[in-house]
Amino acid sequence: MPTYFLPAPSQIAIATVTDAPLLMSSAWNTLSMALTALVVVSVLGTGLALGLAASPVLERAIKPLAVGLQVTPIIAIAPLAVIWAGLDHSGRAIVALASIVAFFPVFSGALTGLKSADPDLERLFDLYGANRWQRLFRLRLPAAAPFILEGHKVAAGQALIGAVVAEFVARTGSSQGLAWRILEAGNKLQTPRLFAALFTLAIMGGLLYAALQSLEQWVLQRWRGR
Amino acid sequence: MIAALENVTIAYGQGVALGPLSLTLKAGEIIALVGPSGCGKSTAMRLLAGLEMPASGLVTRSIGQGETALVFQAPTLMPWASSRSNVALPLELAGTAKLAARKRADAALSRVKLPGVADLKPAQLSGGMAMRVALARALVADPKLLLLDEPFAALDEITRRALADDVHTLWAASRPAIVFVTHNVEEAVYMAHRVLVLTPSPGRIGGEIEIAGDLPRPNGFRTSPRFRAAVESVSSLLSASMGLAA
Repeated sequence: MPTYFLPAPSQIAIATVTDAPLLMSSAWNTLSMALTALVVVSVLGTGLALGLAASPVLERAIKPLAVGLQVTPIIAIAPLAVIWAGLDHSGRAIVALASIVAFFPVFSGALTGLKSADPDLERLFDLYGANRWQRLFRLRLPAAAPFILEGHKVAAGQALIGAVVAEFVARTGSSQGLAWRILEAGNKLQTPRLFAALFTLAIMGGLLYAALQSLEQWVLQRWRGR
Repeated sequence: MIAALENVTIAYGQGVALGPLSLTLKAGEIIALVGPSGCGKSTAMRLLAGLEMPASGLVTRSIGQGETALVFQAPTLMPWASSRSNVALPLELAGTAKLAARKRADAALSRVKLPGVADLKPAQLSGGMAMRVALARALVADPKLLLLDEPFAALDEITRRALADDVHTLWAASRPAIVFVTHNVEEAVYMAHRVLVLTPSPGRIGGEIEIAGDLPRPNGFRTSPRFRAAVESVSSLLSASMGLAA
């Protein structure tokens, strides 16, 4: 079997070790773009959901837009994002695209969570004459916490996928992420290096998920005290 | 008079779900509402609390906002908040300073015999303890009207009896008017000065029985002939009113 088709594990191991410094810096580039996107959607998604929770009219107006964005394939938006960001700033385009992909889980989780408070607790807040802000910040937001966390966990994976896909579509080396390593190795038929990049990507995704999983458990434990 | 319903009805969809229903609650009085599931007991409760408007009829309340307290079948505590913050909630929503509110919350917790759980969260409490916290939250603002909507339904018999006596003790201290909703006839007779029997949907008053005897109940009240007789007459009233609709 030729090496370009399926390299031996030993060849992949050697490629991984040789490429390690490059792979690490590329992985960091991809990860930092994905994490930037996660921070962006965390602020925008939760903030927008809070705004909509306060106004049902706004919710009816904005929600279809959010759903529309969610069902449009990111590949289709990518060329536009790259043009708008400018070819010299492909990093911005990638963060924007990853944010678009990761937005919905956070937004939708927060919106669902903000409506998840026990109806009897809502009645108690009525009975005690709570105003709109007290209701939002003392009841609905804390009740939404587990949903918001779950949304972030899903969004983190989406942001990583979004960042990689966007890198592929941008097809410029300026972002220097893992996708670029994969493209580069693929174009030169250096399959061992391609596998090395692929494994790095998979391991990074797994670690990111595990980190968010333990963060979620840690916060939830504090949230419910057990 | 604390609160009164006069010929009130509630409509859901097409039919009448409740009423016409009239009842008057005097200051310091405990009444029990007994009736089958779905007869509108909880709706009557929400009307008395001012949380719902009747389709017709008149709801009169002589008490201000913040003088009514509600306890539900489940403890209905905020799972993310400590017992102390849960109990302090009514005060804090009404604008009491945080420190003062927390102090009164601690006092309310010791009134329901739960000192030392102030920093625990609901998931760390047993069912009976959580219900006591809910009771403390209801009592913290010294309500004039206390609405208890099947508060012991999810508890075991021992806890249920202990809490029944505790409610009486707490009542004796500040004498709020209490409406106690239940579908347990013995519990209704034990708890109240007056038992009102509701008919199946649409709920109306099927009859009313005065329960003689002291409150809080003396030891052995449940075995007294007076108690047994009252339970029997409420039971037959209940089956009569259910037969009426059937």
